[in-house]
Formats: sequence, structure tokens, C-alpha cells
Amino acid sequence: MAHILLRHRDVENIHKLDVYRANGGYEGLKKALTEMTPAEVIDVVRASGLRGRGGAGFPTGIKWGFIPKDAEEVYILINTDESETGTFKDRELSEKNPHQVIEGAIIAAYAVGAKRIYNYFRGEFMDAGYAMEEAVQECYANGLLGENILGTDFSCDFVCHYGAGAYICGEETALIKSLEGERGQPWSKPPFPAIEGLYSKPTVVNNTETMANVPQILVNGAEWYTSMGTEKSTGPKIVCMSGHVENPGNYEVIMGTTYRELIEMAGGMRDGKAFKALLPSGGSGPVITADALDAPLTYEGLDAHNSVMGSASVIVMDETTDMVWAAQKMIHFFHHESCGKCTPCREGTFWMEKVLHRLMNGQGTEKDIETLNSVAAQMKGRTLCALGEFAINPVLSTIRLFPEEYKAKVKNSQSEDWEKALATQ
Amino acid sequence: MIADKYAEEIEGILARFPHKKSAVLPLMHLAQREYGYMSEDAMREVAGILDLDPTHVLSLAGFYSLFHEEPTGKYVLEICNDLACALRGADEFVEMVCRKLDIPLGGTTEDGLFTVKGVMCLGACDRAPMLQYNLKFAEHLDEEKFDNLIAYLREEAASGEEPPSVVEKIAAYAKK
Ligand SMILES: Cc1cc2nc3c(=O)[nH]c(=O)nc-3n(C[C@H](O)[C@H](O)[C@H](O)COP(=O)(O)O)c2cc1C
Ligand code: SF4
Ligand code: FES
Repeated sequence: MAHILLRHRDVENIHKLDVYRANGGYEGLKKALTEMTPAEVIDVVRASGLRGRGGAGFPTGIKWGFIPKDAEEVYILINTDESETGTFKDRELSEKNPHQVIEGAIIAAYAVGAKRIYNYFRGEFMDAGYAMEEAVQECYANGLLGENILGTDFSCDFVCHYGAGAYICGEETALIKSLEGERGQPWSKPPFPAIEGLYSKPTVVNNTETMANVPQILVNGAEWYTSMGTEKSTGPKIVCMSGHVENPGNYEVIMGTTYRELIEMAGGMRDGKAFKALLPSGGSGPVITADALDAPLTYEGLDAHNSVMGSASVIVMDETTDMVWAAQKMIHFFHHESCGKCTPCREGTFWMEKVLHRLMNGQGTEKDIETLNSVAAQMKGRTLCALGEFAINPVLSTIRLFPEEYKAKVKNSQSEDWEKALATQ
Repeated sequence: MIADKYAEEIEGILARFPHKKSAVLPLMHLAQREYGYMSEDAMREVAGILDLDPTHVLSLAGFYSLFHEEPTGKYVLEICNDLACALRGADEFVEMVCRKLDIPLGGTTEDGLFTVKGVMCLGACDRAPMLQYNLKFAEHLDEEKFDNLIAYLREEAASGEEPPSVVEKIAAYAKK
């Protein structure tokens, strides 16, 4: 099937404006600007069921509808911070199919009355940003950005901006703080960005992939879009396959594809090894095992397995993987990336990393698993943003699913303390 | 002084925001490009252009991992050894690099050319082992490709001719 998002794989040079336009590009924008009111645009996007592709899955049309109608200064923020371990879809979209992202964002701007779009790239993505800057320049030169877009009275600017290495800046309020020139630290919502966002003005924050979905919804209609996927999870999704598969990379699928099918698409397990576990949402969602492989890739598909689709960054691990090691890698990430604003997250990630490090070095004690559990319990529900919740997921889920591996890290592991600690999981 | 060297670029960057404080990261990127790291002078200069307290720039330099607060080698090799890459040999790759350059992780070679760092996910997990040097990607690496890269960078350094960095290319766009 032809790609809807990764269209550069079907159409050569679609990063160039003339090629993009020759293949239906900017028709969605034209339709919006010349045939529809902003409210009608929001209605179509709402009816399409499109939900945010940045991880949380909030319905996009509803988000746009939150922007006050009488607001004078409104901003669109594209979130290309993409720093979650195992995630590399927004980079490919930005480098290879930038116009589709730009078009989606201009449509969003029209829908909510924004006159400026900022695209926030993580600092390490300057190459991808450069590709998008070139596309933006083409738009300015051809009446697609700037004053009187496509000859209408709608005007809008587009600015690429670059962070400087901080995963937390992907969190929408931290992103706003970073763009304002502050340290990228989240604030406690409310106020929500739709009411008080960038420079305290109403702001829509959407993921890059979310934006790329918008143009064709305008052209083909909501029904076309809802004909793909499931009732609650419509449309296509880019899945980042990494780890122990034969052919890691991005795969565009229709929502509802199973994790087993995804592994097959990625060429199966590397070197014919047996599957052991996978992280469905980079480092931030709980691990799942073989019993969940037939679950569908949807926002709700992993509910029964205590996990989440998230941004669909699937890190596959084979039978040779040490799960305590994997948990340690992930907690190292979260400790490193904790912004330090709230104590439970700052201290909790520090302690969990210390304990896991000790376990990995063969210096673990029987109490360690208890410590991990109690630290996690102290973090749960007490952190200012979701990073703190993400951090405990890989640890608790590996303790739950692979208790024997934790036990094996400690000598004399059959003691009662261990049994008790594991039983509380 | 970046204020002189990049006067037009800086003007263009400032024009992109209703509040000039927002330009602080772009200017810090330019300053680091110019001075190699966020020296005190570099931070003072950025603060001066934007009417900020230098301690604010200092706090940003500490917060954002791409800024170096100490001098580094000419090329900073940032090798991803986060989980997805580690599943495809990144830890072994880091060891190999450190052995070849004869420095520990975090160290700088005696000739001042290379600093090696282990970093978190760089959005290239499907192309592990991989690294970034001065914000450029080098992917699908193995020992041979790494040797070639090092040879290439040594040559580039010796020639004294450096292609414009992506930081400069992007800043140049702000001029338009
Ligand atoms: C720690 C953390 C990191 C995040 N990183 C990203 C990111 O890199 N990209 C992204 O689009 N959303 C990220 N998010 C989600 C954003 O806060 C926000 O929900 C999203 O950008 C909204 O866009 P969407 O509705 O189109 O998904 C992150 C959230 C948290 C808590
Ligand atoms: S939970 Fe962690 S990352 Fe989020 S605000 Fe608190 S310290 Fe910062
Ligand atoms: S884990 Fe290394 S680039 Fe993503």
C-alpha cells in the first residue's frame, strides 16, 4: 500500500515543493483557506478521530477547539524534540517529507487563528532542521507562507528553532519554557497551553507526525480517515522498530496491526534468536512479553497488558538480553534527563540508578528489590510531570515479569525477604 | 566577537521572536561554534547582546547537554550508548573507540582533536552503532568506518579548511 505519511518512499524528491505540489501537496491547505471556515476545519479534524502522535494520544481536533475564539495572539508549536530512546520518526518526516508537516501546521494555524508557527527541533537535529528550513524558504518564495497565503487574507510565519540537548523539552510546557529562553522545566498544569502557552498566549502544541496527518484529512475527508484503524485509534501510524530485529527502521502501518506483525515486517528476530520482550513506547512504557504480541497497535491495545502504545517506538529484545541490564540502561536515561525541578523524580531516579548499578555489579543485597519498589511507590503520582512516571515503568515491569533475573543478581537469593519483596509486585 | 562576525545573522535571529530572550539558545549555539565551548567570555557576550544577566546564560549552559562548559577536543564524538543502540553493539563500539584513541570515556586525545562522550538516544537507533561529531551524524559504524572517519577528520583538521558547520548554515537562513 502507498504510504500516507512516509510518502518520500513512494515519490522521489517529494521534499521539493514542485514535486510535492505535483502530487497533491498543498491541496488540503487550499481547500481549507478557500472553501472552509476555521470552525469547519476543526470539525473535520475532530471527526477524523486523529489523536496526538507524540505519546499521550489527545484528540487533535478537540485540542484545537480549546483555543479561545477571540484570542488575538495565538501560536502553533510543532514538537520535533524527539528524544525518547528508540524514536526516530519525526526526524525522517522532517528530512524527507517536510512540506507535509508544514502544510499540516499552516492548516492548524488557520483553524485556530495563529499567525506564527514555531517548529522546535532538538539541537541534535540541525541536519533535519536544515532540510525543513529549505522547504520553508520555498514556501515563502511561492506564496505559501508569509503575507496573503495563496492569495487569501490569511497570513502566517514559520520559524525553525533548535534546543540544545534535553529530553524534558519534549514535554509541552518545558518546550514552551525553553522557547522562551528559560531552562526547559515543566510547570504544573493548569494553566494548559491552550489558554496560557508561549509568552502566556494560547498555544497549540502538536507532534510532527500529528501535523503530517492533517493535509490528507482535509482533502479526502474524515470518513476516509476513520475507515482506517479501529474506532478509537484511526489512521496510519509510523512505528520505529529497533533492537534485535533483522531490519530496524520506520514502518508505516494502519492502526490495529499487531506487534507480532510488526516484528515480521522488520524482518523477524535477528539471527533467528527467540523473542523475549519488547518496550512498546521507548523507555517510558512498561515492558511486554510474548503473551502480548497479538495485541493490536492502538491507543488502547495494550491496556490488558498494563502497557501503552505511546509514541510507538518498539525496542525489541531477544533471549540473550539481561533484563536487569536493560532496566539499568533506562533508569540511567531518566536519571540523566530528570530536570531536577521536583524532589521525588530527582532523588528517585538517582536512587533507582544507584541500586540497579549495584545489582549489575554483583554487589546487590537482598534488600535491593524492596528498595526499588519503595522508591517507585514514593514517586508514583507525586511528580510534577510524566517523566517521573515514565521512569518507574521499565523498572517495575521488569521486576514483575522477570523476577528470577533480579534474584539471580544476588547471591543467596532464596531468602524470605526476596520472596516477600517479589510477592508485593 | 560573534556580534561582529555574525551581525546580520543575529539581527535575523532576533527578528524571529517577539521577545529577544527567546534567541538565547540560537546565540549560544553560535557562540559555542565560535569559541569551541561556553567560556565565560562567550556567555558574557551572549548575555550582553540580549540584555540578560550572565548567570542566566550560565544556568542554561549547565542545563542543556549540548553546551560544553570546559574546552573540548576540536571534534566531540558523541556516541549513543543508550538502550536501543546498546542492543546493537554500542557498548562494545564505545570500548573500541576508547581503545583506539587511547582515552577513557569523557577524555580528550593529546593532540586536542577528539573528545569522546557517551550520550543518550540521538534518534538514529536503527543505524547503530552511531555517533554525532559536531552535530553531524555518522551511522551504521564499524571499526573500518570509524577508522576512515578519524582519518578524514584528521585530514580536515590538518588542512585548516573546514566546511561551514550546520550551526552557521542555519544561522545564515535567518538572514533572509
Ligand atoms: C518527558 C516527556 C517527553 C516528551 N517528549 C515528546 C517529544 O519528544 N515529542 C512529542 O511530540 N511529544 C513529547 N511529549 C508529549 C508532549 O508533552 C505533548 O503531549 C505532545 O507534544 C502533544 O502533541 P500531540 O497531541 O500531537 O501528540 C513528551 C512528554 C513528556 C512528559
Ligand atoms: S517529574 Fe522529573 S522531569 Fe518532570 S518536572 Fe519533576 S523533576 Fe522535572
Ligand atoms: S538509542 Fe541510540 S540513537 Fe536511539
